[in-house]
Amino acid sequence: MANMVTLTIDGKPVTVPAGTLVIDAAKQAGIDIPAFCYYEGFSVQAACRMCLVEVEKMPKLQPSCALPAAEGMVVHTETPKVVEARKSTIEFLLTNHPLDCPVCDKGGECELQDMTFRYGLGESQFLEIKHHADEKQWSPLVFYDPARCILCYRCIRVCDEGLGVAALGLSYRGVSAEIIPNKGDHLECDECGWCIDVCPVGALTSGTYRYKSRPWEMNYVPAICTHCSNGCKTTLSVRNGEIIRSNNRDRSGINGEFLCVKGRFGFDFVHNEERLQSPLIRKDGKLEPVSWSEALKFVVSRVRETIERNGKFAVIGSTRTTNEENFYLQKFARQGLRTNNIDHHRSGDVITLVDALAGRTDALATVGDLYTCDAALVLGADLAQQHPLLAYQLRANWRHHRSPVFVVTPGPVREDQYAARSLRAEAGGEVERLEELREELKARQNLVVLYGASVKGEAVRRLVAFGDSLGIPVKYVCLVDYVNSRGAVDMGLLPHLGPGYKPVEIPGMHLDAMMAAPDLDVIWVAGANPLEGGREFASKNAFVIVHELFLTETAQRADVVLPSMSLYEKNGTVTNVCGEVQRTKAGPKVMGTKSDLDILGLLAAQLGFDIGIPSQEKVLDEIRRTVRGYNVPLPVLATGGAAQAAVLNGNVPVDAQPEQVRPSGDTLFTSGTLGKYSKRLAQLMEAPGRLFQP
Amino acid sequence: MTFSPELEARFAKMIASYPPGRQKGALIPMLLYAQDEVGAVTDEVIEEVSRRLNVSRVEVEEVLGYYTMLTREPRGKYHLQICTNISCLLTGGEELFQHACRKLGIGNREKTPDGQFSLEEVECLGACSWAPAMQVNYDFHYHMTPEKLDQLIDSLRKLQ
Repeated sequence: MANMVTLTIDGKPVTVPAGTLVIDAAKQAGIDIPAFCYYEGFSVQAACRMCLVEVEKMPKLQPSCALPAAEGMVVHTETPKVVEARKSTIEFLLTNHPLDCPVCDKGGECELQDMTFRYGLGESQFLEIKHHADEKQWSPLVFYDPARCILCYRCIRVCDEGLGVAALGLSYRGVSAEIIPNKGDHLECDECGWCIDVCPVGALTSGTYRYKSRPWEMNYVPAICTHCSNGCKTTLSVRNGEIIRSNNRDRSGINGEFLCVKGRFGFDFVHNEERLQSPLIRKDGKLEPVSWSEALKFVVSRVRETIERNGKFAVIGSTRTTNEENFYLQKFARQGLRTNNIDHHRSGDVITLVDALAGRTDALATVGDLYTCDAALVLGADLAQQHPLLAYQLRANWRHHRSPVFVVTPGPVREDQYAARSLRAEAGGEVERLEELREELKARQNLVVLYGASVKGEAVRRLVAFGDSLGIPVKYVCLVDYVNSRGAVDMGLLPHLGPGYKPVEIPGMHLDAMMAAPDLDVIWVAGANPLEGGREFASKNAFVIVHELFLTETAQRADVVLPSMSLYEKNGTVTNVCGEVQRTKAGPKVMGTKSDLDILGLLAAQLGFDIGIPSQEKVLDEIRRTVRGYNVPLPVLATGGAAQAAVLNGNVPVDAQPEQVRPSGDTLFTSGTLGKYSKRLAQLMEAPGRLFQP
Repeated sequence: MTFSPELEARFAKMIASYPPGRQKGALIPMLLYAQDEVGAVTDEVIEEVSRRLNVSRVEVEEVLGYYTMLTREPRGKYHLQICTNISCLLTGGEELFQHACRKLGIGNREKTPDGQFSLEEVECLGACSWAPAMQVNYDFHYHMTPEKLDQLIDSLRKLQ
């Protein structure tokens, strides 16, 4: 390998690419050099002087975060001289730092506390009165305590470089220096809260977690964020069955540490007081709470009766339930209810893409590919608003590798800030503009294309044909909107396709047809809200069964409402926008609710449907054995990894029904039903936000 | 907002003198000259300067907070800046400052009610050889004594 250098760190030889910083080289050798301002992946600040090391033949101590490794360099990271220097650094940092650790949220997971402990600093030469500045509230979610701040600039850098928001700055000087928000006395930003997470001390605290708990009192549960399709891993901090906070400090998962406002703060819908905690049955026109056994008995009798008289069923599946539940639901519908009238809210034309990619392998991009690709093309989507993780990945790719991004959207998007070319095209006309980019795209090594819901049907085929004509490897991402939108398609919540895109013999009704059909006897809605915005079922007399978390418009129309669990409350797998399958685990508990899998399992048993044991592991096992592309390695899932489902088979011999694709229109601050019941998202001044605006 | 033709011409020249993409470099002089003309760095000035130089508002505020010669609030017609750094301190700068406070009846970074005088204790003015030194707006005054300060203030009052 060219340009490798070998240096010695604490007696260990380490070989790294030239230009690697000594602090990173040390990490590679398993040596931890402490640092406050240094943050992997962001620009070097060299402000805190904590990472000073001794380098032979250099007269003074060197900051290892700003020192590129060189051939033959001999570095010592814990000599008495270094330890003395670090002690002094901490002593200075503590000059004005209030020692309010007992009431500080950061206590127990504070880097300054850890370092003070590590270097055993009990005394200070400074006897002066500490400089104080009062705490400020910048938004409902972000509080800033300048007295605790050690001016490491981490928050400023993640906001500016990581997200392109640049909402934070540093003003004043000397002991008076402090972080300032972009709107004078408050923040107007993405409210993602990453600044709070990266703060090495308790200067930035979260409006939702402040004074709520100590870090050692909570259980940490690896879950997948239920708000959008990006599939960010979020670690839920759960105490007594309640989610106290959610973040991903251990950088496990495809998102590393990244989360948006919904992932970090939008979990409060779980504990909203309007959560349904008891089944409801319509009695004399009113929904009355009943026991689970009564509700299930009622459903069983009506379903059995409808089956006996050959009645018509329609099943609307969910985009927020697990793959196991979706798979079980379509089995329940097809083998139990004997109907192919099953569909879900489709938010992207995945089917045409899968069909158009026939004969190609390795043509679906992963979230990781967005960081390593040589160029990216975004069509018809406001990535920063609708797919924050994907937007973050592309920005990081541009920051670290200068990989250009090309944008064709109906309005301004944040990617314009750094895009190589930004074209404006009305929704649906994006693909027509591609010729203008041909020469620039052809010159790249490879390309990832991301397209939103406005590109569907024939436009997808034209897009793939354009990609082929470039003569470079092209991968695609069909941007769908909900956490398991992709899983719902793959698991066959479709009237004409079963799991793994296998066509069914007699296609059933799609969603629009179900809504318009006047003669349905039973409409089964498992975790969706098709009646949102005043829509109605044309079948006025249909018996409506709804699994739902809240009394949505659809639940209000129901004859039976079964209170179901949110994704955070159950075990299972979900498939993200890039087709990556990840495992999510149950964190909080809400009394009276059941998972959709349990509900369907109990009903299947009482109805005598022989559709398999309703246990998550058993159903996953069946999925892995029978659904094409889903034979994902279990160890990857078990260890919290993401395994891309290779669903490509091409040649899907059915109409993709692109007219059934409707984008959710969700922004950074909304997420359909769940977002509506998140008070925290609703109270933000930035909410609900708009797409495609400067 | 627009500035006077002279200032507009100055800004245009300044912006053109930085290499492409480095227009940000004109931030401090632009703020200073705009302040001289407008009287303070008002919200409109911040907005205008950030728009012209394509920097965020928070970047402008970073600079504003750091440099004490930039002010958000209008100062007096005569802004008295008295140095109390080491050379001036040893030669009576501190007494000079205290004397100015008593004479004008205001404290550090305050303004007389008639808006004529404002006072500020500043760091080194670069005039150690002639300490104690002070500045009235952009004019230097050297080897100051309380008596010379009285005369100076009285003469400025007469100018009104």
